[in-house]
Amino acid sequence: MDFAIDIPTLQNITYIISSVLFITGIKMLGKESTAVKGNFLSAVAMFIAVGITCIGLVNPIVLFSGILLGAIIGSFIALKVKMTSIPEMVALFNGFGGLATFLIAWSEFNNGPDSFFQSALVMFTLAIGGITFTGSLIAYGKLSEKINIAKTSIITKIFTTIFYISLAFLLYSVFITPLLIPTFEFFTVLLVLVLLGGIGFVLPIGGGDMPVVISLLNSFSGIAAAFAGLLLFNNVLIVAGSLVGASGLILTVIMAKAMNRSISNILFVGYASSSPSSSSEEQGEINPISVSDAYLILENASSVLIVPGYGMAVAQAQHTVRELGELLEENGTDVKYGIHPVAGRMPGHMNVLLAEANVSYDVLAEPDDVNPTMDVVDVAVVIGANDVVNPSATEEPGSPIYGMPIIEVHNARTVFVLKRSMSSGFAGVQNPLFFKSNTRMLFGDAKESISGLVSEFKD
Amino acid sequence: MLLGFVLILSIYLGLELISKVPSTLHTPLMSGANAISGIALVGALVLSQDGQLQTTLAFLAVFFASINVFGGYLVTNRMLKMFKKK
Repeated sequence: MDFAIDIPTLQNITYIISSVLFITGIKMLGKESTAVKGNFLSAVAMFIAVGITCIGLVNPIVLFSGILLGAIIGSFIALKVKMTSIPEMVALFNGFGGLATFLIAWSEFNNGPDSFFQSALVMFTLAIGGITFTGSLIAYGKLSEKINIAKTSIITKIFTTIFYISLAFLLYSVFITPLLIPTFEFFTVLLVLVLLGGIGFVLPIGGGDMPVVISLLNSFSGIAAAFAGLLLFNNVLIVAGSLVGASGLILTVIMAKAMNRSISNILFVGYASSSPSSSSEEQGEINPISVSDAYLILENASSVLIVPGYGMAVAQAQHTVRELGELLEENGTDVKYGIHPVAGRMPGHMNVLLAEANVSYDVLAEPDDVNPTMDVVDVAVVIGANDVVNPSATEEPGSPIYGMPIIEVHNARTVFVLKRSMSSGFAGVQNPLFFKSNTRMLFGDAKESISGLVSEFKD
Repeated sequence: MLLGFVLILSIYLGLELISKVPSTLHTPLMSGANAISGIALVGALVLSQDGQLQTTLAFLAVFFASINVFGGYLVTNRMLKMFKKK
């Protein structure tokens, strides 16, 4: 009898420990008080899983140099990046995870899958990994505003078509080619098609729908890792990948609910096709206001609700906003921030920006918390948000955004809307809020307007 | 078959674990989960390396998964450190 523990058994035991740590870690990530610890636990889980795998590597020098190089580049990006560009960074890292599974599937195909099930798995893993990779790259480009191609442009249409072709070809490769003797390089075609398809998957999706796409791509990278685990008979890959897949799916659903739209509507239809039935071109009197008048009203307010949107991110106004909030508090005003789940370009975008500016998270409130007490709010300050405060969502059944949960600022005593111009929001829907009698428009760059208010307070 | 079992149970477990997340944590959760998807690194390490192409694929897979792992955890940690109560 051989009493020495063989390496595969030792690895499997370690993988169990690692899986338990991953599960605990991701659970703790869901609570504010334990989140930092949760992230640390999952990093420990990753460390021991990778560490035990390194025992008995075939070609350690090549692999270790890969890890080292990846570690240096990854850490460099992570520590260098500005907090405001977090959305695109997350998209980029996510894409690299997808690319890794894509390469794993490719390598496994070269080994020659020995059953129908194996070969089907190889192709699905390849497709999900590939679509995650290029899709995330496009999301990265859109978020960092390097790519700006209209939904209606011919390029978008071509890539969208390729996306559907790649799905059809995937099914063909999985189910038909095993029956035939492949006479052409179908796998090479599949490799290229899924990469191009990923571009077509994300390209038509507009900026305001980005939170949904990012969460979905996040989910995909987990599913791809789990599939790679099935392929390689590796439990820790399956467990960790599934957890990511599940958490991404939950976020996707939360985002879609916050817009009152189905996921398929966001991915495949978009706002553009919802017919412009706006016979209700609600035009009316706009009441502009100057910074000094706005200051007088704010100074006498006893409760203020700040509602930030993507415009605050664009104007990089979060620090100035925090300063205004602090001055208001010193003045004895009760200040709260109303954060809509889909404000911005990724889930929780506003929370990250305000946290970066040192706003305490206990003054950040969700729509359900602020809406019931909206009538006692003296001033609601809307900073670069539009669709998430559009009263059409509650008042106008014909509106494309009808039914979307909003922050009901129109019920506050006074509403300040900080806005560059009168253009409509991402959804292309006119916002009746601007014409309400209790609304005052403060036109101009959000950051400048708020700095104006701040200096009035200081004088 | 057993692996399929593990897959289904883990997905179910994940859905149960994370169903209620405060919106403050949406981004950190996403970014933390993203780091975990770098577990593909473990898969990349055990790929076969017969021949030039396979070695290159393995190296690249390890490289990109490592970027995902290190970048993901560090960004998440940086982000979480910013969230504080006064």
